Amino acid sequence: MDYFIELFLSGLTRGSIYALIALGYTMVYGIIGLINFAHGEIYMIGAFTSFIVATVLSIYGFPLLAIVIVAGVAAAIWSSAYGYTVEKIAYKPLRRAPRLAPLISAIGMSIFLQNYVLLAQTSDFLPFPELIPEFAFMEPVAHIIGSSDLVILVATTVVMLALTLLIKFTKIGKAMRATAQDKTMALLVGINVDRVISATFIIGSALAAIGGLLIASHIGQINFAIGFLAGIKAFTAAVLGGIGSIPGAVLGSLILGLTESFATGYVSSDYEDVFAFSLLVLILIFKPSGLLGKAETKKV
Amino acid sequence: MIPLISLKEMKRSLLIALWFAFLTFPIMVIRVNPIERTVSWRWTNLLYVALGSFVISLLVKAWAIGKERRAGAAAARQQTPGSAAISIIQAILNRPAYWYPLAVLVSGLALAFPHLFSTYQTNIMITALMYVVLGLGLNIVVGVAGLLDLGYVAFYAVGAYSYALLNLHFGLGFWAALPIGGLLAALFGVVLGFPVLRLRGDYLAIVTLGFGEIIRLILENWSDFSKGPSGISNIPRPGFFGVEMALDQAMIYMYYLMIGLLVVTIFVVNRLQDSRLGRAWLALREDEIACQAMGIDKTRTKLIAFALGAFWAGLIGVIFGAKTTFVNPASFTFMESAIILSIVVLGGMGSIIGVVFGALILILLPEYLRALSEYRMLAFGAILIGMMIFKPEGLIAGVRRVYRFQGRGR
Repeated sequence: MDYFIELFLSGLTRGSIYALIALGYTMVYGIIGLINFAHGEIYMIGAFTSFIVATVLSIYGFPLLAIVIVAGVAAAIWSSAYGYTVEKIAYKPLRRAPRLAPLISAIGMSIFLQNYVLLAQTSDFLPFPELIPEFAFMEPVAHIIGSSDLVILVATTVVMLALTLLIKFTKIGKAMRATAQDKTMALLVGINVDRVISATFIIGSALAAIGGLLIASHIGQINFAIGFLAGIKAFTAAVLGGIGSIPGAVLGSLILGLTESFATGYVSSDYEDVFAFSLLVLILIFKPSGLLGKAETKKV
Repeated sequence: MIPLISLKEMKRSLLIALWFAFLTFPIMVIRVNPIERTVSWRWTNLLYVALGSFVISLLVKAWAIGKERRAGAAAARQQTPGSAAISIIQAILNRPAYWYPLAVLVSGLALAFPHLFSTYQTNIMITALMYVVLGLGLNIVVGVAGLLDLGYVAFYAVGAYSYALLNLHFGLGFWAALPIGGLLAALFGVVLGFPVLRLRGDYLAIVTLGFGEIIRLILENWSDFSKGPSGISNIPRPGFFGVEMALDQAMIYMYYLMIGLLVVTIFVVNRLQDSRLGRAWLALREDEIACQAMGIDKTRTKLIAFALGAFWAGLIGVIFGAKTTFVNPASFTFMESAIILSIVVLGGMGSIIGVVFGALILILLPEYLRALSEYRMLAFGAILIGMMIFKPEGLIAGVRRVYRFQGRGR
């Protein structure tokens, strides 16, 4: 039973990190109908930035709490800046182009960013500094759930709540919902759609950066290629929940995380990624609109 | 005409340069060594980034101004801007008097190549030719039928592994494995295509990507079947009626084999484009609903495109196995699919001659610019973005057949 609970909790941890990345996909898709293929790379850059900042600060001997805060803020700032710039360079000029054009450009951006980090930094796996200490009060349950799992679960919950509040109650959140429903109509009632799109990319990237920081310190190492797999899996989660739907992305991520966790725990860890990809293929074949998504009907 | 850059534009470019300097600061400037606990600050990189982005943003602006002026001039001359924009190469191709001698020259050069250059050069050329054929195969799927396939490398892997495994277990030779590899890949194409082809464009792209990764992961993990990451070695080179060949002779032989395959491929693809099927593909690419209304069987037509594209990938897979005499899963990553896709996009989707040029440029250039080879993937990414923004039709665009209404009298 302990094993089951352990797998369940590690599945939740996994799932909540996927959720942080999947939200970026689903928000962007909801607003401009584009699969932001470079989103996984934004997450990777977030992880790398926090790695660089945290290592520099720890070399200069800053206290742990300061390192965590500064690294998190820096990762969020730079990831958002990258997300914003990527949108301006690769997607904005193609807003009226045929559907495949922005997708190819997004793939190009993903390859570019990966190799940019590879060339500017290194291709090796780098050890990520341990940012989350083992808490003393976690001692009795340490065999089931680690401290970093707890931190990840709490941090993700807080971030999700903040996002929900932002989208439900602020002006920009309202503008985002309006733009997602009907872009032309939003323009007509005086919403600056360009600014809304930029805001979406910035928020999505900041979430991905937090995910990057959390998962990198959880796993303990990073390299330039981590974004590809994480991106694909988060995308799977977003599609599973119904792309474009924010609660759907969270639900899909949790289901994917649990599936992976139980599959690796009870079947075999070799095929962990195969499970995720097979899940993706199956959903797209049988229920392309996802669990909570709306089926899209095309009118002629 | 050089467009004048105003002071305002200069200021804008300066701001862009500052933005990029900020953006790339942590990754370009700081480099930490977490084991020795040292930090190196590479400030010169910041200078390069700022200068580079300043110049590029000015060039882009100049391009935009130039484009505006050209469009303005065309409008003044009462012309649609696209009509005169047929490239020089297409113009040459339209005139037999120009292109017959050119074709003779090119084919003469192609035939003499292995005798003029070293085995090393021949080897590179074989690789380039393989990518030309791969590009032409993917061109059927992406360029002509408009189905974005990001897992093309899976079919390539199926071909390579079917030769390797058939040879390992049953001792099958190259010539027997060649059609089997192609057909197996085509079968995979149909099996995968059947359920997924009703998906919309971008979903299709992701599913094919997922499928490509599944194939690679299975090859990597199912060691009893595929020998896992260590791969299969000692695959024989193609035979020629049992004649023993030295390595350089075998390379020359493979080179001619590839030339032969390329000619066949170009012939088939060219004939296909003008066929009933080819026109159905083009029509499907433009508007699915209109196609169905016209009585085109959507699924069947798409499946054939998928299977044909996969067939060529399978053939080249077999040849790849025979050329390197070794296959392992690392040769079939997503990056390989991306390279083949960039060949098609760079050359011009739907254009045969464009794909040939695209493959030769993308494969040969990094080979000869060794110093730049580590920037190759970076350049691929930039090319994909740049082409989509500045020249979505590719280097040599496929010519659309235009039918003009011949009005009788006035």
